[in-house]
Amino acid sequence: MSKFYSSVTKKIWMSFMGLFLMTFLVVHLSINLLLVFSPTTNLFNEASHFMGTNPFIQLFQWILFAGFVVHIILGLILQIENWVARPKGYRVKAISEESFFSKYMIHTGVIIFIFLAIHFVNFFLVAKGIIGEIPKTLVDGKSVDDMGALVIALFKMPYYVIGYLIALMILGFHLDHGFQSAFQSLGLNHPKYTPFVKGFGHFFAVIITVAFMSIPLIIYFIK
Amino acid sequence: MDLKLKIWRQPSAHADGKFVDYQVHEISKDASFLEMLDILNEELVNKGEDPVAFDHDCREGICGMCSLFINGRPHGPDTAITTCQLHMRRFKDGETVTIEPWRAKPFPVIKDLMVDRSAFDEIIQAGGFVSIATGGVPDANAIPIRKQNADLAMDAAACIGCGACVAACKNASAMLFVSAKVSQFALLPQGKVEAKERVQMMVARMDELGFGNCTNTYACEAECPKEISVTNIARMNREFLVAKLS
Ligand code: HEM
Ligand code: SF4
Ligand code: FES
Repeated sequence: MSKFYSSVTKKIWMSFMGLFLMTFLVVHLSINLLLVFSPTTNLFNEASHFMGTNPFIQLFQWILFAGFVVHIILGLILQIENWVARPKGYRVKAISEESFFSKYMIHTGVIIFIFLAIHFVNFFLVAKGIIGEIPKTLVDGKSVDDMGALVIALFKMPYYVIGYLIALMILGFHLDHGFQSAFQSLGLNHPKYTPFVKGFGHFFAVIITVAFMSIPLIIYFIK
Repeated sequence: MDLKLKIWRQPSAHADGKFVDYQVHEISKDASFLEMLDILNEELVNKGEDPVAFDHDCREGICGMCSLFINGRPHGPDTAITTCQLHMRRFKDGETVTIEPWRAKPFPVIKDLMVDRSAFDEIIQAGGFVSIATGGVPDANAIPIRKQNADLAMDAAACIGCGACVAACKNASAMLFVSAKVSQFALLPQGKVEAKERVQMMVARMDELGFGNCTNTYACEAECPKEISVTNIARMNREFLVAKLS
């Protein structure tokens, strides 16, 4: 593999895709929050309708999909090469100080992948009308899919909520190391700004996780 | 003090190895770790057994020859020192000390605790030098260099090529070593001339030799006896990206 891509090239692509996926998380989160900050599901349904029909978003969806594929495939290759690089391990577990979540990027990554697959089936394929059926609702006189009702129904199921919360926590761990790691991989290191990037990375991971988590909790307990 | 030692013994590169238990008695707290191994070896030789092979040379922390993965850490429990600078006062009486060779595919065991680190030499041969004619020794200050750059280059040049970074890294990545070597040149005008080719050649060689990929765990920095900073890795990534794009 190293004949085609150097290790550094792989890391540069991984980090670009990782940062790109983070911007997607922010957009996704803002739409989800419409569900809890608005008394009805109209705003959310309207946003879902927009995301599902706007041609620019449709194109962007494929770019996003490609981003996931690149990030995941490179992540797997990287990890396999790294296992191969130490065929015989140590008897005493290494206790060197290191970035804690960096040790578990492949594990958190695989769990995120499983979550994404479930998420994809539950929401994306349903929204596209490939499986299941979604009730229609009227927003401003237009008939749109009632995605809000679908989400609320799922978030009333305790096991679904618990699984969702765990998956998000894992995503938070991935982001906690990933954010600053991406900057380091891209060579964006500076004595003045790097401490800020590190601090912001932790903050970002916590905010994204807590905000995403608040949605099923509010729906389950309050709505 | 008395100690129990668990030492990796492997008669030759292709032989199977195993851990062997030894006891050492009445070791002075002021003895160095390598002196403690010397004492063990003297006893083994007196008994007609094969002494434990381990690398060492200067025994003053400057050559990078000594190695050893001691109780889960390269160069033992202290930070920012080599094994030859480690002293027995860092251990408790009666403690069990497990001593292993560096483990990485490109660092095969030669015998017991000695590993072949010529992979590092091969990376240097791929570009870790200046091949342009730089003329005779110039007058001091004839070439203006920012103080910051001079300091950073000097810090990077402190790397002694010991391989602790590879040994500590969960991916057996050599990025800290390679980035120190890339940085010490890239920061200075004489080194800048060939900087683009250098970084690409050295990274390519590092990959071919089978070192792992960097996942920014930063264990290397924590274990480096010369406190080489991971900012060198960022600099190398940047140099590499710029070299590829231009
Ligand atoms: C929303 C989803 C995801 C986001 C935002 C994300 C973000 C990131 C970021 C920013 C990095 C650091 C990149 C670098 O330092 O070069 C990273 C690393 C990594 N990601 Fe993801 N990731 C996501 C999903 C996944 C998935 C599904 C996998 C599946 C296997 C995965 C596997 C990995 C691995 C193995 C690494 C470690 C690579 C390294 O540190 O070199 N990620 N991720
Ligand atoms: S970077 Fe540090 S740990 Fe790695 S070879 Fe150089 S001196 Fe040894
Ligand atoms: S023997 Fe030279 S650095 Fe330890």
